[in-house]
Amino acid sequence: MDANLLSSYIFAVIVLNVLLGLMAYMTYIERKVMAAMQDRIGPNRTGPVGLLQPIADGLKLLVKEDIIPKHADRRIFLLAPLLSFVLAPVAAAVIPFGDSITVFGHEVNLYVADINVAVLYFLAIGSMGVFGIILGGYASANRYSLLGGLRAAAQVISYEIILGLSLIGVIILSGSLSLVEIVNQQSETLTIGPLQLPNWFILSQPLAFIIFLIAAVAETNRAPFDLPEAETELIGGFHTEYSGFRFSFFFLAEYISMIVISLFAATIFLGGTDGPIQDGVWWLALKACIFLFFYIWLRTTVPRFRYDQLMGLAWKVLLPLVLINILLTGFIRLWGLGML
Amino acid sequence: MLESYAAIGMMISTAFFMGGSLLLLGWLIRPSKPSPAKEQPYESGVPDVRPPRGRYTSRFYIVALLFVIFDIEAIFLFPWAVAFDQLALYGYIQVLVFISLLLFGLLYEWKKGALEWA
Repeated sequence: MDANLLSSYIFAVIVLNVLLGLMAYMTYIERKVMAAMQDRIGPNRTGPVGLLQPIADGLKLLVKEDIIPKHADRRIFLLAPLLSFVLAPVAAAVIPFGDSITVFGHEVNLYVADINVAVLYFLAIGSMGVFGIILGGYASANRYSLLGGLRAAAQVISYEIILGLSLIGVIILSGSLSLVEIVNQQSETLTIGPLQLPNWFILSQPLAFIIFLIAAVAETNRAPFDLPEAETELIGGFHTEYSGFRFSFFFLAEYISMIVISLFAATIFLGGTDGPIQDGVWWLALKACIFLFFYIWLRTTVPRFRYDQLMGLAWKVLLPLVLINILLTGFIRLWGLGML
Repeated sequence: MLESYAAIGMMISTAFFMGGSLLLLGWLIRPSKPSPAKEQPYESGVPDVRPPRGRYTSRFYIVALLFVIFDIEAIFLFPWAVAFDQLALYGYIQVLVFISLLLFGLLYEWKKGALEWA
């Protein structure tokens, strides 16, 4: 194995572990922020200000019995959570966490892979996560699980289209599917009259940004689009029959997808590691945190959609809007280049 | 380029290894006392009499069909967007016709009631 591949691999292992650690504390922060918004205290018994709560939760789930229902399709039932868990963090492979740094006299790139179809790779892996959900729902042999899985599939494929199409405008402007290239273009300065602005794509693609944000919430099955696990109608949805650590794999996958899609949104629309002073991974982290806070805020504020409203929003509102956004972006780009 | 995919492949196998070892650890330390009552599918505390994989609405199939059409559209638009500056006006007009066709198709489905869930 040559040195470049080895350094990429070591970085990949670091990314996987950091994501798992972040995910654990994401659950803690979510509970604390929700508690503050609802005028409660939140977890505060395990360790100082409840900081050991995620570790206690993880340990508890690890020593719980793993119950397999009688009619379940055993092999699929056992493998589905693992599939969800593996695919969620792997999407982060293409996200650039900065330029290269020098460690022990050896140049290390701060991304696992810079492939020329990074955006497509991210969308593909992101939508494959739903396989775990639908297989788990089907294999449980429980009608709530089956319905949850079907709902998840229909929701994810509907919003998958919106998510992909909302990025077309950005790709017209950047002319590349590589995330490294997209970040480099955003670090240029945009001058509008006296104003000096960063060339972040949120400024040139505001409509696409809003549509992407809505689709991203739906894609990760989070409130107010958490129909696949709507407690009031489907018990636990696709994970009704899951217990112990297999249940927690679905949970891990959901939170890791949230973090990864926040990193992706920050990279595509908010300039990634680009910042006003001292570019670096801290800017990416800050921007991703804004998205994650938005997720939690949304969950405490907005009630759950009805299923027909959810599908109506995707096909009747967002799809026409996103197609119009593509045509408008193309028209303005042609005009700007003087090709009309 | 090929090296990047090798790195991704290694990342996927590492994630599998991590997940698998967590499951193995759980398998070693968790209790296992199955009983007929525990293995019943959850049905709000009453015995489940209907077959578990019963019928469900055909709406899900319509959504799947719509998805195939529009996802192919998205896949066609990605290469166009990357080569936008080279294709210029000619490419733009082609995509304009392509998107209008699909938008009319969407309107037709809408009028036919394929997008209604009620």
